[in-house]
Amino acid sequence: MQTLDKYLKLFQENREQIGKDDPPFRKELRETAMAAFENDGFPLRKEERYKYTHLEPVFDGELSFDFQPRGINFDEADIFRCDVPLLDSDVLTVLNGFFHSNGEGALSKLENGIIYGGLKEATAQFPELVEKYLGKNAPTKDEPFVALNTAFSQDGIFLYVPEGIHMERPIQIINLLLSDKNHMVQHRNLIVLENNASAQVIICDHTLSPHMFLTNSVTEAYTGENADLDLLRLQNEHNNSCQVTNTWINQDRHSRCQHGIITLHGGIVRNNLRINMEGEGAETSALGLFLTDKMQHVDSYTVIEHSNPHSTSNQYYKGVLDDSSTGAFNGKIHVHPDAQKTEAFQTNNNILLSDTAKIHTKPRLEIYADDVKCSHGATVGQLDEEALFYLQSRGIPKEESRLMLMDAFTWDVISKIKQPSLQIRITDLVAKRLRGELSRCNNCAMHCED
Amino acid sequence: MLEIKDLKVSIEDKEILKGINLSVKAGEVHAIMGPNGSGKSTLASALAGRDYFNITHGKILYEGKDLTELSPEDRAREGIFLGFQYPVEIPGVSMVNFLRTAINSMRKYREQDPLPAGDFLKLMREKKKVVEIDSDLTNRSVNEGFSGGEKKKNEIFQMALLEPRLAILDETDSGLDIDALRIVSNGVNKLRSPENATIVITHYQRLLDYIVPDVVHVLYKGRIVKSGDKSLARELEEHGYDWIKQEVNANA
Repeated sequence: MQTLDKYLKLFQENREQIGKDDPPFRKELRETAMAAFENDGFPLRKEERYKYTHLEPVFDGELSFDFQPRGINFDEADIFRCDVPLLDSDVLTVLNGFFHSNGEGALSKLENGIIYGGLKEATAQFPELVEKYLGKNAPTKDEPFVALNTAFSQDGIFLYVPEGIHMERPIQIINLLLSDKNHMVQHRNLIVLENNASAQVIICDHTLSPHMFLTNSVTEAYTGENADLDLLRLQNEHNNSCQVTNTWINQDRHSRCQHGIITLHGGIVRNNLRINMEGEGAETSALGLFLTDKMQHVDSYTVIEHSNPHSTSNQYYKGVLDDSSTGAFNGKIHVHPDAQKTEAFQTNNNILLSDTAKIHTKPRLEIYADDVKCSHGATVGQLDEEALFYLQSRGIPKEESRLMLMDAFTWDVISKIKQPSLQIRITDLVAKRLRGELSRCNNCAMHCED
Repeated sequence: MLEIKDLKVSIEDKEILKGINLSVKAGEVHAIMGPNGSGKSTLASALAGRDYFNITHGKILYEGKDLTELSPEDRAREGIFLGFQYPVEIPGVSMVNFLRTAINSMRKYREQDPLPAGDFLKLMREKKKVVEIDSDLTNRSVNEGFSGGEKKKNEIFQMALLEPRLAILDETDSGLDIDALRIVSNGVNKLRSPENATIVITHYQRLLDYIVPDVVHVLYKGRIVKSGDKSLARELEEHGYDWIKQEVNANA
């Protein structure tokens, strides 16, 4: 209750500041969200959805919060080298949840009608467009973290691709966290693809200072008829951080979506994903890979809705857990009564490298239609001893053999990433992570202490 | 080259090998035959260093070194090769990556630089001919989806690449049709030299028509109960193992 009161108070006392430039619809969204949050409160430990990740204590910590962007002047190119340099992408930087423009305008509108840039600026310039989609998919009721984000978020990234436009270059959103004290960030992304449009979006999460960060982010995406969206998130915050992501994707008829989330580092990570294939014949693939060690905790909670006939989903989630790290996978595939001819596949495989690592896995199928093809499964195991001996018997040292088997295990997910250059880069990052060579500071020129 | 002295091996508390004595010299081919469950594969695995076998007694000397103190990878790097009875499928590890890593860790052990990519590919092409292996097999994951015959050919292909001094072939003939048997045997014969030795473990005499052994041993109930020249194999083929069993049981 105390934590809830703290956030109610924070909202009430800063209402004017938070919603300073808001158009009326945005103000209203905030108020509705706050009311929902007040009603629902933080999830209790006994609640099934949050059984393995109790977040209230984290939100209860001593955390600063910005109501306006900080006037930090820095050139991100100077202090930050991108993790995916092979990619020829348009980079959008978000600093502590606020779009960081670096002197250029906060929003770009191209000749072909593509709009991208800061969500706050988009809300000001194109209120009707933003109003049509913002908060329409991600509900605030019964989703306290979405509610909290809807109430507090100020900015983030907006991407709009008009009908029939194929976006050639990927958009890369780099979320940077930089502070001189423990800090909370709430940011929001909105991605809209009209009919027959296509886009690739990569979101990279990084910490640039060693303080404790709590990020609660919401990404809403809409794919119109026959649209094509690739959305990949690369989480690489330091192990003293907590990240809650909420991704809500709504797919229209015959649209295709690939969602991937790769967790390399992070202290407490909770990833909520809901893909609603509202339209007939929609296709989705959901990829997840997490690599944990020390005391890390990564919890994936996914819901895939098959609402109409002929939709297809393929879900591959894998985890490699070492030391005393813990993980959870809770994946629901929900086939609605009208969704005949659904094809759904779900698998979650985990490898435990130590006696003290733990994983809770719960694949779930709820099927209310009778003509469907669905399968799911989960495994928890160790590295295959027979395979290990086979490699060793050919002169390959044990440690290297182990790494080869882990690379092979993770490749199963990575190989499904559509963009080849991204696939290569992620393979490299994952290999480095497994070898303990990837530190969050690899890409940072600031050289602050861990 | 290899000297096994009164070797006793257990799995959990069950004694499988009950005192093996065997001496193999360079240039020789030894065949180890015997009925199912006599301990043939256990002997092969113990030589290669599989760790769930427990050596309770005796010694294995290889080139004068105590083999039991070496890890499986170091045994391989010292020149011991085990051809698996059931080669393991390793999805996601490509044949090329596997073979290059193996060759280069052998080279590293000998303080040689890694083999340049061009030389490696050339070597692969050359050795593929030895076992008439399909090109596309090396583009796949290790043994994944290989037929029984392809898996066995792949073992000999690896042997050709790694050039061991002592090769132990564990039931390399099982599950092979006559053509594959000929190819695999030809491969083994091509790799024979006065510096190398081979131990062929088999259930059937058939393989020994192709790979002619210098010495044949019969392993039964964890002991070598009979040794002889290649005619012993012929005798076993004709009369089965029963007469050996009777002889052993009568002596006991």
